[in-house]
Amino acid sequence: MELIYEKSRPGRRAGRIPRPDVPPAELPAALRRDRPPRLPEVSEPELVRHFTALTERNFGIDTGFYPLGSCTMKHNPRVNERLVALPGFRDLHPLQEDDGAQGALELMWRLEQHLVEITGLPGISLQPAAGSQGELTGLMLVRAYFADRGEGEQRDTILTADTAHGTNPASVTMAGYKLDKVATDGRGNLDLADLRTKVNERTAGLMLTNPSTLGLFDEGIEDVAAIFHGAGALLYYDGANLNAVVGKSRPGDMGFDIVHINLHKTFSQPHGGGGPGGGPIAVRESVEPFLPVPVVVKDGDEFRLEHDRPKSIGRVRGFAGPFGVFVRSYAFMRAYGPSLEEMSEVAVLNANYLLARLRDAYELPYDRHCMHEFVLSARRLKREHGVAALDVAKRLMDFDIHPPTIYFPLVVPEALMIEPTETETKERLDHFVDVMLRIAAEAVDEPEVLHEAPHTRPVRRLDEVRAAKDPIVRYDFGERAARAASGED
Amino acid sequence: MGYLSLTDRDREEMLAAIGVSSVEELFDQIPAGVRLGRELDVEPELTEQEITALFERLAVRNAHTGSELSFLGAGIYDHYVPAVVDAVLSRGEFLTAYTPYQPEMSQGVLQAIFEYQTAICELTGMDVSNASGYDGCTVAADACYIAKHATGRTKVVLAEALNPMVRRVVKTYAPGFGLDVVEVPHRDGATDPAELAAAAADAAAVLFQQPNFFGVLEDAPALAAAANEAGALSVAHVDLLSLGLLEAPGAYGSALAIGEGQSAGNYQSYGGPHYGFLASHTDFIRRLPGRIVGETLDAANVRGYVLTLQTREQHIRREKATSNMTTNQTLLALAGLVYLSWLGPQGLREVGEACTALAQHARSKLQAAGFEPAFPEWSTFKEFAIRVGRPGHEVVAAARARGVHPGYPLGREFAGLDDVLLVAVTERRTPADVDRLVEVLTEVTS
Repeated sequence: MELIYEKSRPGRRAGRIPRPDVPPAELPAALRRDRPPRLPEVSEPELVRHFTALTERNFGIDTGFYPLGSCTMKHNPRVNERLVALPGFRDLHPLQEDDGAQGALELMWRLEQHLVEITGLPGISLQPAAGSQGELTGLMLVRAYFADRGEGEQRDTILTADTAHGTNPASVTMAGYKLDKVATDGRGNLDLADLRTKVNERTAGLMLTNPSTLGLFDEGIEDVAAIFHGAGALLYYDGANLNAVVGKSRPGDMGFDIVHINLHKTFSQPHGGGGPGGGPIAVRESVEPFLPVPVVVKDGDEFRLEHDRPKSIGRVRGFAGPFGVFVRSYAFMRAYGPSLEEMSEVAVLNANYLLARLRDAYELPYDRHCMHEFVLSARRLKREHGVAALDVAKRLMDFDIHPPTIYFPLVVPEALMIEPTETETKERLDHFVDVMLRIAAEAVDEPEVLHEAPHTRPVRRLDEVRAAKDPIVRYDFGERAARAASGED
Repeated sequence: MGYLSLTDRDREEMLAAIGVSSVEELFDQIPAGVRLGRELDVEPELTEQEITALFERLAVRNAHTGSELSFLGAGIYDHYVPAVVDAVLSRGEFLTAYTPYQPEMSQGVLQAIFEYQTAICELTGMDVSNASGYDGCTVAADACYIAKHATGRTKVVLAEALNPMVRRVVKTYAPGFGLDVVEVPHRDGATDPAELAAAAADAAAVLFQQPNFFGVLEDAPALAAAANEAGALSVAHVDLLSLGLLEAPGAYGSALAIGEGQSAGNYQSYGGPHYGFLASHTDFIRRLPGRIVGETLDAANVRGYVLTLQTREQHIRREKATSNMTTNQTLLALAGLVYLSWLGPQGLREVGEACTALAQHARSKLQAAGFEPAFPEWSTFKEFAIRVGRPGHEVVAAARARGVHPGYPLGREFAGLDDVLLVAVTERRTPADVDRLVEVLTEVTS
């Protein structure tokens, strides 16, 4: 398909803006640009057709089943899009005085109260823009907490599980900490023996996802918390998998001191092909003084943003956070009320149903009931028929199903990480099972169909190695072809 | 009951297939000691209609730019957002997609990001852009991290005329990055290139803003040169809306161009979600944080797009990654692409000219009414600083009581500017709006 730049014709345009009846702008000649930017020159009808054509080459949760493990692809209620566009929210300037933003501040405060109850921790910052920024912010809090206790130099190491999301070790490095890794035992829990050898007076904390990326609740979590707290260290909860336990078990009660919540997962922010997201953090009283500024404060019936907090780590992004995300997530919470617990129950039921029906055709590395997601291995298909997890994923596309997460977590070879979420019908789940069983059969009978999949998408399998070897990361307006024609390349 | 889909019969059949008698059994793996064991104490469940009524009640308690004549800017601006932006963003295939890990399912969003990267490179004069950062503040921290690793140096220099919120975020990130932050004060509203050059010695990066936080047009080529001569990376924080008129940072020697994308295609939305942009020369392509989309071929030699250079990223490199970023702001960046395509080069120049003409008109009118510009010697873009003779926050309160928000009180962030307002004028304001601003400011200060 042509790029919008290839559809551009000099002199064509879509938008016009009013020309004000005032003297023309004066700008120093030395600061004016030499050459106009080559933005697309297209008419509005062609602009609309271009982006409509692009949407037809894309797949969202609105299009079909999207069991992308660890990403919690649940329904995005349409009313939330209408609410976020209310002029009082959409056209509110972030530097408006607090008395002109009472509705927005009240909404944020109410959202915070929900997060306090769901996490079991009293201090909230809504600022972080995503889970990964929540992680980094959390580690900044760890640093500030120990610096305040005079242990800043001594505690220089953070532990992560070998099943952790890649963000955990990356955040540790960015926060200036050393990293140590803890192994997983045969039941998919943290290996307590390994853990005991690694926790000492240099340990600042542990980052853990619970349930883990294997979709398993850590059965030894009370011991884990006792070991870390006994050593004076803090526990950080990666909330990516919170969808499994809302109303069932709270990170604060599990012993975690700092938690991030992925609003775009558990509380249904449409992810827009990569973002936005929201990564609020919840913390225990002892960590609260260090939270980023500003924080929302309620005084009687009035709400305000508090900026003056002497022990705060400072600001981690602009303004008070991604407000539009808050509108959608608070609306989502109100659509459930206390039955958010049922949301998690059904997420877990759906996952276990798929697990029960697929465990024989694929391999199950940890033989337990799962939580909201589970990890299968295509190891046997690979060994016996030369069909890899990648082939299974690509073949699913031919049935209008988005593939699961593959090759993660790293501790499972040929991993297929499947998360159906709570919003699917049994018919959708059954269809997925039928397709997965058919693919397992195809792997035996006609593996070439899988190797060459997908067959029905706008493009065939794409060459990612080629893309990285000689990166083309912007349109070159025909310069490369012109150079080639003139023999320069 | 929210958005669940199972019937009672479905549940029974599914439990039977699993081989358990109740959903509760599936939660047996959670130790008793860490179970909640009671109903969640949260606000009650509402129907869609009730939710709408509640949110409408909250929304009307906000003074927005449709209910108050606003001259607030200071980083977020009330520019016109065309209907095509809303139309494209409401398409579920974009709106409800996750990160395009599986390119054959995601050619639409991948091509759109490739087109966005192209637009950012064209505007900034750079070779490579990432798929977006969180906002105009965090991309500044990203730039410092790139510079630290590219130069092996541990000091970053910030011009004080750089948005104070951006500076605060850099300072929050600096300890973890192992960076020291030095600030160079503004001199009557602009940055002195000689002072910046002196501070730039041994620096990894020098960050400045064009137009700067006060709306002043800096001598950006001289500031970039000050950084380059010291071997530091020159990082220009720019406004996309200005780049139809103003020189591209790449053309005056900046190594990186960053900024807040909101002014191009996003609503104000009380501060987010918006998009930060980050672009650089080719030299730094393997140090950039976040997603980058690249062109490639499929098995039938048809052009297509994929996430590329993923060996920079956390899911591959883990603790050795160039950043921890996963989620970015793709949907908001897509809004930026649609907006810039709607305007085209001619339209972008016209928006810049309209804002600047209106802002310069407002500055003259206020001056004629007896108000003094705080920094009279400099040219300004779409906003300017003006002295109002009383503490800024008092003037704001008094003017708002008359239905006008006259601008941002600079005394909140800058010593010596207690009686100064930063007034922003976008193309959505009219000459009559400017007359009303002059009238109200005259009333509340006399």
